[in-house]
Amino acid sequence: MTAVTDRPVPAPDVAPNFTTSPSGRRRKRTNAIMATLVTLAFLIALVPLISLLTEVVIRGGSMLTWQFISTDMTGVFGDSPDGGVRHAILGTLQITGLATLISAPIGLFAAVYLVEYGHGRLAKTLTFFVDVMTGIPSIVAGLFAVALFAILIGPAYRSGVMGAIALSVLMIPVVVRSCEEMLKLVPNELREASYALGVPKYLTIIKVVLRTSLAGIVTSIVLAIARVIGETAPLLLTVGIVTSMNTSMLDGRVATLPVFAYSQYSQDALGVGADRAWGAALVLILIIMILNLVARFISSRFSIAEK
Amino acid sequence: MSKRIDVSDLDIYYGDFKAVQGVTMAIEPRSVTALIGPSGCGKSTFLRTLNRMHEVIPGARVEGKAVMDGVDIYGSGVDPVEVRRQIGMVFQRPNPFPTMSIRENVLAGVKLNNRRMPKAAADELVEGSLRHANLWNEVKDRLDKPGSGLSGGQQQRLCIARAIAVSPQVLLMDEPCSALDPISTLAIEDLIHELKEDYTIVIVTHNMQQASRVSDRTGFFNLEATGQPGQLVEMDDTTTMFSAPSKKATEDYISGRFG
Repeated sequence: MTAVTDRPVPAPDVAPNFTTSPSGRRRKRTNAIMATLVTLAFLIALVPLISLLTEVVIRGGSMLTWQFISTDMTGVFGDSPDGGVRHAILGTLQITGLATLISAPIGLFAAVYLVEYGHGRLAKTLTFFVDVMTGIPSIVAGLFAVALFAILIGPAYRSGVMGAIALSVLMIPVVVRSCEEMLKLVPNELREASYALGVPKYLTIIKVVLRTSLAGIVTSIVLAIARVIGETAPLLLTVGIVTSMNTSMLDGRVATLPVFAYSQYSQDALGVGADRAWGAALVLILIIMILNLVARFISSRFSIAEK
Repeated sequence: MSKRIDVSDLDIYYGDFKAVQGVTMAIEPRSVTALIGPSGCGKSTFLRTLNRMHEVIPGARVEGKAVMDGVDIYGSGVDPVEVRRQIGMVFQRPNPFPTMSIRENVLAGVKLNNRRMPKAAADELVEGSLRHANLWNEVKDRLDKPGSGLSGGQQQRLCIARAIAVSPQVLLMDEPCSALDPISTLAIEDLIHELKEDYTIVIVTHNMQQASRVSDRTGFFNLEATGQPGQLVEMDDTTTMFSAPSKKATEDYISGRFG
């Protein structure tokens, strides 16, 4: 029975030996080392996150009173502990809200184009520029908005719309990218099932593709909002800071939470200004948290039920 | 109500690649036509050209004629969407819409097209289609549950109910049982027998016993070599095809001596 063969054959009849071999010992050692390493890396990654959150909660928590939330900075001077962030909360909501109204449809439609229509050069070019735009430094977006409105209206013009445009420049690529991924997750079989029922393409996109990926799209948009709501540099350039509420988006400077935190801290880094900065930071984090909770609720309402 | 389709000299391309060449066949009304052949020979591709589903793939195109009731479905001025309303399709993997309930899945052809339908008529359509698909008794108590909660065989019958709810003339089935267990397969085969009273059915299958069980006529597709376009080798009554095929390639394939 000499096995003259070049194909793999099982070992000849020997008693099975399942005890750990030398290579097995090496494998176990490597496994232990790598497991320790990745656990350690995870713990190290947690340190700044936890330290940041506790710091914000401790230092900002003491500021978080109804008075802080419900008043603005009109007539607050010097070391007076009065004043609050009402105007900045409103401004942040206004500007981010308008930025979302601009970015969400443009970003979503662009993603629909890329996934459902674009196959040629234009789609490749668009993808390339979206990738480039994702990496734009936020200050450049601010400069873009300032330059745009300087041409359109005049160099001295300042308004909430400018801030919203600057944020949209940052937000659109994020929305495009994440919505694109969500739309790609919709199985092609569902599109074909719809076509085979004599449903035209546009209705297939609206009622099958977008409906199936709705939960993911909502999540994508909220993540994009969270990405821009804390932007400081472009807002510093475009909307600056004021001490009172400005409900007009078309005229005048608007206060926002990140810029409020920056200006308070830069005015008085050791006293009440620093406290207000931490308070504003906490309010900002709370807003993002509420947004995330709302998004989760919406997603779960629209997500695909199994059984 | 069912129609015949006459295909003549149909060439099917993916971009520059010719996938299927020179198919000429007649598909008889109120009968089951089975398409068999080895993998990659183009039978599914051919099936998808019959309701113009082929062209949803970028670069895919067709040359030749497919005439249904005197109208070439590839003629100028023909709307592929209208063709698909007349010629329904059931796919290899059951694909109910995951966002819709069982009831909504059956009504999908109506609802997705934004057509309104009185509730009584919709109820009737749901029950009729599900009964016709032999699924009514299994799901009548849970019409509002998602379709994805059904078993694979039930999902496939739901897809058949969904396809016949838009009352097409022709029903195309692309290996409808290949993902199903033998019992579900039997249920679908029984259903095909009943459906041919009203519909013209074309079914692609890898299972030759299935072809011989359900079909009236059988077409055998083959390709001469990898990279060559697939061709319709022979088409005849199913009994003739399986007892005395006229081509040697058919006989080899049917009896398991291929290659």
